[in-house]
Amino acid sequence: MLRTFRIGGIHPPENKLSAGKKITALATPKQVIIPLSQHIGAPAQAVVKKGDLVKVGTLIAKAGGFVSANIHSSVSGKVNKIDNALDSSGYKRPAIYIDVEGDEWEETIDRSETLVKDCTLSSKEIVDKIAAAGIVGLGGATFPTQVKLMPPPGCKAEIIIINAVECEPYLTSDHSLMMEKGEEILVGVSLLMKAVNVNKAVIGIENNKPDAIAHLTKLAAGYTGIEIMPLKVQYPQGGEKQLIDAVIRRQVKSGALPISAGAVVQNVGTAYAVYEAVQKNKPLFERVVTVTGKAVANPSNFLVRMGTPITNLIEAAGGIPENTGKIIGGGPMMGKALVSSDIPVTKGSSGVLLLTKEESVRKPMQDCIRCAKCVNVCPMGLNPAFLMKYTIYKDWDLAEANYIQDCIECGSCSYTCPANRPLLDYIRSGKGKVMGIIRSRKS
Amino acid sequence: MILIAVISLGAIGAIGAVLLYAASKKFEVIEDPRIAQVQEVLPGANCGGCGYPGCGGFASACVKASSLDGMLCPVGGSPVMGQIASILGMEAASAEPMVAVVRCNGTCAARPRNNQYDGVKSCAIASTLYGGETGCSFGCLGYGDCVAACNFDAIHINPETGLVEVDEEKCTSCGACVKACPKNVIELRKKGPKSRRVFVSCINKDKGAIARKACANACIGCGKCAKECAFEAITVENNVAYIDFTKCRLCRKCVAACPTGAIHELNFPPRKEAAPAAAKPEAAKVETKEETNQK
Repeated sequence: MLRTFRIGGIHPPENKLSAGKKITALATPKQVIIPLSQHIGAPAQAVVKKGDLVKVGTLIAKAGGFVSANIHSSVSGKVNKIDNALDSSGYKRPAIYIDVEGDEWEETIDRSETLVKDCTLSSKEIVDKIAAAGIVGLGGATFPTQVKLMPPPGCKAEIIIINAVECEPYLTSDHSLMMEKGEEILVGVSLLMKAVNVNKAVIGIENNKPDAIAHLTKLAAGYTGIEIMPLKVQYPQGGEKQLIDAVIRRQVKSGALPISAGAVVQNVGTAYAVYEAVQKNKPLFERVVTVTGKAVANPSNFLVRMGTPITNLIEAAGGIPENTGKIIGGGPMMGKALVSSDIPVTKGSSGVLLLTKEESVRKPMQDCIRCAKCVNVCPMGLNPAFLMKYTIYKDWDLAEANYIQDCIECGSCSYTCPANRPLLDYIRSGKGKVMGIIRSRKS
Repeated sequence: MILIAVISLGAIGAIGAVLLYAASKKFEVIEDPRIAQVQEVLPGANCGGCGYPGCGGFASACVKASSLDGMLCPVGGSPVMGQIASILGMEAASAEPMVAVVRCNGTCAARPRNNQYDGVKSCAIASTLYGGETGCSFGCLGYGDCVAACNFDAIHINPETGLVEVDEEKCTSCGACVKACPKNVIELRKKGPKSRRVFVSCINKDKGAIARKACANACIGCGKCAKECAFEAITVENNVAYIDFTKCRLCRKCVAACPTGAIHELNFPPRKEAAPAAAKPEAAKVETKEETNQK
């Protein structure tokens, strides 16, 4: 009996169109736009100015606070300007524009393909290297990795859980990475184990990727303490709290961090980035992005430099199909419709999904019929129908008393609602409001 | 038999009455009678524009306060505050009448759409998702959160322009719309003599060229108005001009100077023909806009 999380969950069609496609490196564009806020937390502070020459891997912005991350140039060339640019948030925010000239890398980066297994660094040095490389959670939440690896006093990590679930339909970037960079990922996991001083790690993979499970299980025999755990397919298993429940059968208290359950959860892409940063001195400036959609000519997995406009990716996958209704940044469940195709790829971009007009149209909202399907599927055990009501009536006290702030925005409620009620849209807005109230109470 | 029932019930009633009387004396809540008097003169809209929970809350706050400085019922205005002052025997703080002003003139015609929003028709929700359907991420979204927030039916969406418009007669400056607007487009401004006002009807902080591309009526932060102003009432910050209504003397020179027509004048009589020739076309343009605004 395979494990999965115990509360709620849905089974959307998987549509993994680009599964099994090799990762191909995308050509560098003429100009990259690198936003200064690619992570959760304070925006990074630019350390270059107009006219500066940069190489691939040069630090161009340094972390602007404790919860923040460094940003490195993904190309070599000249800084054109630092100006506001539309990013995936839907708003214009500061970004560094770099005109590409050649492809010259920083000398410190080891560009060879050879696997480096041994690491003599202490855990502190590993965490420092991860911080310097600007690594953030690559699953989409983009939380700075080094912060997760420094447990607050009084908490002790017992286990590293690697999130290789990829529960979002359509996306295959983690799957393709596991197939091609298995050894590197396992070394990355060992480094993470060393960084938080634990001797056990579990890589959770849903059993719709049997090839990845078999491949990694074979490789993991050569590493001590790493276990591959196949999981029963269920969305949103990639949620941090859901994965902890599935793997070690512990629940994280409302408002608490996963570390309180003794677990540190990292994405499989992050583990690969950690390997590259620690063993190859390569900062995080490129990632695997899936470009997919039912009407897309050639759904693919690309290795893309940060700051590449999404247009370039779509062109490489065969261009925008004729009856495209929406371009989604990310997967169909948690992704967000993009305003423009000129939006750059950032650390959090896991995929680009082109939906046809028929797929993307919203059905008209009807009255709630009290079927409680949303309550059934909510993986956090909340009551989405009521939380939407509280938001409409602006009853923030009641919303907080019913844990609106615990919503992980997975969208299962909106997906399952037979009356097509936009539950998540309301809850997200109410959650923002309640979080603001909680913050102002603390300060 | 019936007598026993009457006597026992009567006795229970009498004991109950004595207990209730004793309890009402012992636990009596002494309320300042002036609270009720003050509440009597308040409009009773319970809009919360004063910052207190409803008119009752404001009344008890007025009675408790040592002076009426900073206390204002925006709905009742000076007359009501005067009455309250006479009840409490205090000086009423003089307050200028205010009115809500919508600082966006990005009409459907001036602000082309570059995408289509099909989500929930709520400004609060749309603004958590992205900047809006046009190139301007600062302006009015037009889904009417402010219309829903208004207790006085004083704010409406003009279907032609897609913008919200304030009905000055009905607006009580309670500020509910200001709080409801996630874009901070609405501002409370001095109503001015004869309701005459001059204000910059744009809050786009983008650089001039970008703002202009997104909206033909945008403030481009050129600073011509600030140069024209003799009273230093206009400041240009973050590529957008702002007129300080405490300094503005309503000379309207800035309105004529504005190349995009972003500065609006309201409730002024038509300009005389003798106005300087250079300012003429601009002035004419502005007046047409004024007309649409008054509709």
